[in-house]
Amino acid sequence: MSIDISRDDALDLLSQMLRIRRLEEESAELYSQQKIRGFLHLYIGEEAVGVGAMRALRDDDNVVATYREHGHALVRGIPAGEIMAEMYGKANGCSGGRGGSMHLFSLERRFYGGHAIVGGGLPIAVGLALADKMKGESRVTACFFGDGATDEGEFHEALNLAALWKLPVLFLCENNRYAMGTAFDRHVSDDDIVNNPPAYGVHSETVDGMDVVAVERVVHNAAESVRETGEPRFVELRTYRFRAHSMYDAELYRSKAEVEEWKKLDPIEQLKERALGATLITGADIETIEQEVAREIEEAVQFAEEGEWESIDDLARHTYARDLS
Amino acid sequence: MAEFVMPSLGADMAAGTLGKWLVAVGDRVAHGDIIAEVETDKGTIEVEVFNSGVVEALLVEEGEKVPVGTPLAEIGQAGTAAESVPVSVPAAESASVPVSVSVPASVSAGIMTLGGGADLDGPMATPAVRRRAHELDVPLQGLSGTGEHGRITREDVEQAAVAEVQPPSGDRVRISPYARQLARQRQIDFTDVRGTGPEGAITARDLEGAPAKASAESPKERMQRAIAAAMTRANDEIPHYYVEHAIDMGTALEWLREKNQTLSVNERLVSGVLLVRSVARALCKHPQLNATWQGQEVIRGDGFHVGLAVSLRGGGLVAPALRDTDQGSLSELMARMTDLVTRARAGALRSSEMTSATITLTSLGERGVESVTPIIFPPQVAIVGFGAILTRPWVVDDQIVARPVVRVTLGADHRVSNGHQGARFLGTLDRLLQEPGKL
Amino acid sequence: MTTYREAIRTALRRLLLEDSRVFLMGEDVGRYGGAYAVSKGLLEEFGEDRIRDTPLCESTFVGAGIGAALGGMRPIVEVMTVNFSMLALDQVVNNAAVMRHMSGGQFEVPIAVRMATGAGKQIAAQHSHSLENWYAYIPGIKVLAPATVQDAHDMLLAAVEDPDPVFIFEHQMLYGIEGPFDPKATPSSPWQAAVRHPGSDVSLIAYGGSVHKAMTAAEELEKERISAEVIDLRSLRPLDRPAIISSVSRTHRAVVIDEAWKTGSLASEISATLAEEAFYELDAPIARVCTREVPIPYAKHLEDAALPQVPAIIEAAKRSLGNG
Repeated sequence: MSIDISRDDALDLLSQMLRIRRLEEESAELYSQQKIRGFLHLYIGEEAVGVGAMRALRDDDNVVATYREHGHALVRGIPAGEIMAEMYGKANGCSGGRGGSMHLFSLERRFYGGHAIVGGGLPIAVGLALADKMKGESRVTACFFGDGATDEGEFHEALNLAALWKLPVLFLCENNRYAMGTAFDRHVSDDDIVNNPPAYGVHSETVDGMDVVAVERVVHNAAESVRETGEPRFVELRTYRFRAHSMYDAELYRSKAEVEEWKKLDPIEQLKERALGATLITGADIETIEQEVAREIEEAVQFAEEGEWESIDDLARHTYARDLS
Repeated sequence: MAEFVMPSLGADMAAGTLGKWLVAVGDRVAHGDIIAEVETDKGTIEVEVFNSGVVEALLVEEGEKVPVGTPLAEIGQAGTAAESVPVSVPAAESASVPVSVSVPASVSAGIMTLGGGADLDGPMATPAVRRRAHELDVPLQGLSGTGEHGRITREDVEQAAVAEVQPPSGDRVRISPYARQLARQRQIDFTDVRGTGPEGAITARDLEGAPAKASAESPKERMQRAIAAAMTRANDEIPHYYVEHAIDMGTALEWLREKNQTLSVNERLVSGVLLVRSVARALCKHPQLNATWQGQEVIRGDGFHVGLAVSLRGGGLVAPALRDTDQGSLSELMARMTDLVTRARAGALRSSEMTSATITLTSLGERGVESVTPIIFPPQVAIVGFGAILTRPWVVDDQIVARPVVRVTLGADHRVSNGHQGARFLGTLDRLLQEPGKL
Repeated sequence: MTTYREAIRTALRRLLLEDSRVFLMGEDVGRYGGAYAVSKGLLEEFGEDRIRDTPLCESTFVGAGIGAALGGMRPIVEVMTVNFSMLALDQVVNNAAVMRHMSGGQFEVPIAVRMATGAGKQIAAQHSHSLENWYAYIPGIKVLAPATVQDAHDMLLAAVEDPDPVFIFEHQMLYGIEGPFDPKATPSSPWQAAVRHPGSDVSLIAYGGSVHKAMTAAEELEKERISAEVIDLRSLRPLDRPAIISSVSRTHRAVVIDEAWKTGSLASEISATLAEEAFYELDAPIARVCTREVPIPYAKHLEDAALPQVPAIIEAAKRSLGNG
């Protein structure tokens, strides 16, 4: 398969996907050491979606994500150290230790959070877009959600409202084939999600979510269309998670063979192969990236380790603007 | 040295039977070792020790039932002071949740078994109530519980802490919390007040119209009523026996004279301090008299706290405790005695002093009487009465000589001790007073 | 004299005029003029952009309000009635209430949500709920219950000004009441309870629609020389506990009136507070006058029997005085 990008783009795409992959691998290890607790949903296998989509957005756009959002947060520009510290529950985490893995936030990066009630982020995205429309901003609100969210009423309500009020929302459905542990064909009546949005008058398309170049191109075009028309669009990104839904599950709902089939489509390996084949990059480039990423992750862990715990005296802080107690 | 104490193996456990020792004196034990089996109402539970060291003494025999907190064994460990170590058991071993509590000193008392297979139970109280009792320095012994099955409640403990003299417990009166608070603040006796509130409860308004007699009762009158109740109970319930003994005080008074010459006027000792100290020291050798009677069982005192009967001006009598009467120098004891009597007469006693005596001493020497036959202060099991020190004919080396003599009478509870034991106690007292330098 | 609904409309107009970030959205708030005619005329005055009729999708339009608040607007969302608000409860509990905390203080949700509540109009079980306690239970949001015309106005101003999410429960029987109203008056803090009728024998503690029943009861009791103090809670979260305790410390008797079902109600919370913090002030058992634990029936005589009524309040007050 040919590849039509520059060397710099190839290096950046590869670097970003590897940053996510290594951050996630490190997180899994730290979880087993009990440094990270609670739920931990890893993005391994889905990196092309986060990287391609994030690169297609502008810094000034809004992002609403799910609970499987470490990768989105990282590529969006939240420092790895702050993400790791948040997973540790430290005060220097990007949510001050109050959110954890599922609730990464950044005001500065317009990252409106990891949302852990499936479908719950969709109305928020509609509202953010409404605010921008009323204020005359040319901003796009990109809303990530999984195939499971399309089962929820909010998905249909949000499409309807965004279309009715012509709101600049970019609906990005990360279809990883499973709603938690329920396979796509067991939770969606139609065999194709893209058939849904047109019922609300929303433009809809599908892209191979294991191809980072394709993801970036499609999402970029969709985002710019939203920006131009002020109307919502929908993109389905077909992908697959290589790991369990949360840190550990028995994976009774899918076969090892299926997972192995999808691993052959590993977005990182695909990009390497194509970029090497097109002599855009060399093995030495990959080695350099791996070293840089390893250093970044190491420093992130150190940042988290050295972080302070929020004082219990400040437990009630941020419940209200001013303490009511 | 550390103490291995009877653990609390459940919230409702007050006492346990040491079923089996799994170690002997001289054995080495390590933190976490199972060293004993304790039989509780819920079955036999293995208990572990949380100290390492050598078993120096086993203080309780197999089959003996003791209250929670009672030292069971001493675990030696060079260079460490004695400390009370609560123990607990693994959850799996216990039918109920094991609760590790710091055991108040007041319930660490030993227990004296009686013949006839009497059913022995410690004062019933939850760990939280025991903790509160410890905080307020209220001994659970002597408290009558108003809870279910006579269980001592937090309120019982708190009321004991504020009560100057414990009124006899009666039926619980239905009264609103606000009215109860008012009654307490204004010292109103509401027992005879008719309630007009919901379901006949006494309300604040009812207290305002309370009968003058009830509300006008002075603290002294209340005290007199409490004393009357206590003495009636003692006379009705306690099978007293008496033994009497005359003691030659010559040596003691001579020693006192010489001692006082070395002391400044306000440091001088009086003979009473020798009597008080000698009683405490004699009790050390006859601890069965230093105890309280709790319904069906005897709880030994957690120290030797001699209560001093002090008559108050205008009538009334209190018997506050001189804690640890057996310890410290005579000068210290003298100072403490003076302070206690002064405060008793000023009405400035602490509630703990009102309830912690383990025996009472009454002396009517000042009134010139020769002897006194006192009545025991329940729940104590003995009382010692001294008459005046009077010059009397005395036989020394077959010669009749004039000597200062004091007659001492022991009144004791026959359920707990007998005349032989009582006589031996008085013999010990006599010997101690012949060697005043050792007091 | 002004009506409750006019007072709310006055506040809405003022907010829309003074702050371009403010907009109103909800079902039938525009062309229809509001289910309770509160927003009548506002669409014509302020246009479609700021007076937004929504589809019937409570979760998404409440969520969109939260998103718009996050995006810098000052949305006023009208959820027609509390009965429909359950469809949006996830957005309230999982987004509005937690956003500030969960983001470590980075984001805030300055949204005001209004809804009608309560029974009394023979609209049966699905449209007669009183679920203020569900909302008052949630840390992170604030809950107001205006009982008077002035409060209906002032509390909306305060809610929009507040940096936190504020939920306003307007009892559906109150929209038509008339009362003194001064739109220029300096608003009193909405977070404090008010003594609506001073008294010394018993405290009648109520909020929202029940305040008026408590007032009638207090007037009746006065004829029998019983001096009842009516406390209007006004704010249900935060609860003005000091005011409740202070009143009961004066009267030593408490009757709590709440149109909710008794079990787990705000009346329960207030009773527990009194038992915890004013135990030694109580000269009688705390009494609760609440709705009978049945779905609200349609037939008038049954509905009346289910809801707290003035005679029951009077009886509870007298009982607490020992002569009931």
